[in-house]
Amino acid sequence: MTSAPRPYAPRFTPRWLVALTLVAAVVLPTLFPLLVLLLAPLDRQAAVAAALRWLGGALGTDLSGPMAQDVGFAAYLLLLAFAVVNFGAIFSGMAVWWERRIAGRMQSRVGPNRQGFLGFFVWIADAVKFLLKEDLVPAEADRLLFRAAPYFVVTGFVLTFVVLPFGESVVVADLDVGVFYVTSVTALVVVGILVSGWSSNSKWALFGGMRSAAQVISYEIPAGIAVFVPVLMAGTLSMQGIIRAQGAWPWEWMAFRNPAALVAFAVMFVAQLAESNRTPFDLPEAESELVAGFLSEYSGFRFALFFLAEYGNIWVLSALSTTLFLGGWQVPGLPPEAIAAVRGEPIWWGYQLLSMVVFAAKAIAVANLVIWLRWTLPRIRVDQMMNLSWKYLVPMGFACLVFTLFWQLGVAAAPRLELASGLVLVAAAAVIAAVFVRQVRRNIELVQGDRVDLSNW
Amino acid sequence: MEKLILRKMKAGGGDMLLNFGPQHPSTHGVINFLVDTDGEVMRRAIPEVGYLHRSIEKIAEQVGYPGFMPYTDRVDYVAAMFANEGYALAVERLLKLEVPPRAQVLRAISCELCRIASHLVSVGTMATDIGAVTPLIHAIREREAVNDLIEALCGARLTYNYHRIGGVAYDLPSGWSDRVLRFLDHFDSLIQEWDRLITFNEIYVKRLAGVAVIPREMAVGYGLVGPNLRGSGVDWDLRRDVPYGAYRDFKFDVPVGTGYRGKVGDAFDRYYVRVLEMKESSRIVRQALEKVPGGEFMAKVSRKIKPEAGEAIGRVESARGEMAYYVVSDGTEKPWRVRARTGSFLAMGIIEDVSPGLMVADLVALIASLDVVAPEIDR
Repeated sequence: MTSAPRPYAPRFTPRWLVALTLVAAVVLPTLFPLLVLLLAPLDRQAAVAAALRWLGGALGTDLSGPMAQDVGFAAYLLLLAFAVVNFGAIFSGMAVWWERRIAGRMQSRVGPNRQGFLGFFVWIADAVKFLLKEDLVPAEADRLLFRAAPYFVVTGFVLTFVVLPFGESVVVADLDVGVFYVTSVTALVVVGILVSGWSSNSKWALFGGMRSAAQVISYEIPAGIAVFVPVLMAGTLSMQGIIRAQGAWPWEWMAFRNPAALVAFAVMFVAQLAESNRTPFDLPEAESELVAGFLSEYSGFRFALFFLAEYGNIWVLSALSTTLFLGGWQVPGLPPEAIAAVRGEPIWWGYQLLSMVVFAAKAIAVANLVIWLRWTLPRIRVDQMMNLSWKYLVPMGFACLVFTLFWQLGVAAAPRLELASGLVLVAAAAVIAAVFVRQVRRNIELVQGDRVDLSNW
Repeated sequence: MEKLILRKMKAGGGDMLLNFGPQHPSTHGVINFLVDTDGEVMRRAIPEVGYLHRSIEKIAEQVGYPGFMPYTDRVDYVAAMFANEGYALAVERLLKLEVPPRAQVLRAISCELCRIASHLVSVGTMATDIGAVTPLIHAIREREAVNDLIEALCGARLTYNYHRIGGVAYDLPSGWSDRVLRFLDHFDSLIQEWDRLITFNEIYVKRLAGVAVIPREMAVGYGLVGPNLRGSGVDWDLRRDVPYGAYRDFKFDVPVGTGYRGKVGDAFDRYYVRVLEMKESSRIVRQALEKVPGGEFMAKVSRKIKPEAGEAIGRVESARGEMAYYVVSDGTEKPWRVRARTGSFLAMGIIEDVSPGLMVADLVALIASLDVVAPEIDR
């Protein structure tokens, strides 16, 4: 009944709490990317040497020897690693909060709203609670493996940040095998899940571990093939190189420049969803079937680590999609050459920041899509999951690859081909988006008239 | 002492014995399934019932006829109205008591509202068990609205204790009919939304269509009742075929599974029959509200109910199918024997025969599509 008064009117929130929440919401997620921005684009050897000279001057000793240089460089790398790992952890935590708010909204309930303004601090409260929980290792479990498993998962997640770009020059290391590196380190996650499933001494966990192994190994193949399409188009495996090969406007993105790339994007997105165990591929922890799958026996800090990796993987998925298909950090009207031209001037830092904002906006949009899917779709069955991968995604991936080979030949002969494809596909996407918006409006009108109720936020 | 059921399991020479319950998110209460699996494929699943047994039938022999009414709520706490009505019907037959027409219509209204509430839980948990959490919350939201209406009627939201031997406990509150009609207007559009939200979702249909098929003969042979039976294509509904109470006067269709998306008798048919039944219930409530007769809502019943020696059976079409109360009187104030025949218990029996060859995930779909609730199994 819509006529009844709302029983849970929003509580009065003190102004200082709103201010604190807003400050935290701005500072926490931006602090570490800014540190990366400060550290990553430097001329590293020179920066370390300068820092050591300054430190040596302050301490009155000579720190210019090779030993000191190595220690200094290691400390520099540690600082950089600290920054990206913390960014991953904070994104993961905030994704938990954001997902719970969205889920609440989609399910016509409130969601967390007690810890701070809009319940923003709920993820910190969760983390503290996890730390205080009893750290249980089940009887007859393989203690060593049981304890080691979360670290495999977290390592596999954290290592991807080495090559994931943040902005034009903001990347920890622009490896020239970047794409291969990502696909190989994410495979560590499945080792952790398999180990946790085996070592828990629980049949549910074993089921979950086996499902996860089957799933991740199956879906790495279509994901790997689909990733080859932008690699072929860009002619490089480096993440930054692939972004540089694209343009800022949608018709210059990989996804639209080649019809097969759009299909490859869909294949990769689905495969990445499966690899990060998100709905509709959350079979390894299917709660209505396997209780909690491989997580069944975990509690406290170890459980928190699994969760950290799971939600952090949303960023990995989103950043990878953005990098490979959606134009990465390219700022409209500001080609990378223009940015490189002003290197050393203060405005260069501003451009870097701008590129980071563009990248983050695209990645967060993809992350929202992932969250939206989770609260919309049911879960598919194990055999259907296998069918989808081997009967549909893998052949589609191969078809895209072969098509792209010929497409590139065509582009070499007629360079206008890419622009034409881009404009046509972007126009088609715009039409589809308009139809979608209209359908959503119609759905809303059918239920609640012409009123869109957003008061629940 | 070794459990008999375990010995039966071992005789089958299983590879891996999985205790699917009694504490499991998808068993809808404390039920255990002993699942003999070969990886993801089940060899068979044997239901082990009895975890929620509360000797309700024995309690009836201690508390007397009117005193047993609140206990019937606990026979099926998801759809307590039907358990109320079945028991009331049986005792009324023992007493050869005529229920006033107003009470009969009120019973029909309360029962159909309760059917909507119960089916909402059923289809909602079905979606959750398949992995889509959102539809359940939407279903629960609507169920809360139904519960509000029933609360206005009888003061309770779960264990209603509304029906009485000889009538119902309370008359219609003022303005209640309008509230119900307003809800039904909203609800009819909601069912369309529900179909768009989940019913015809491609993944959902793929998970349910053609899964756990119960052929017509098998359904009849195992004594399935209600939506489970109709899902298998058997056109049988007590409300129409053996009408009781006010149901003679209402026009409604009985949805029957026709293999909407797969085969007749698959999980999707059982699910979709329930969705369609909610529409029919809405129709029945509208008709009933139009012609609520005047007069008493309670027959003249003496405080001490002391039927002559004899036996009677009261059958109602519950949300979970035909529910029957068999009451034997020995002429005293307490029944000599009360027996409740419920749909869920029989539905459990079929699982062992349907399960071979299904996947573990399909077992969840099978349990949810049979819409078993633990208290109705064990009583």
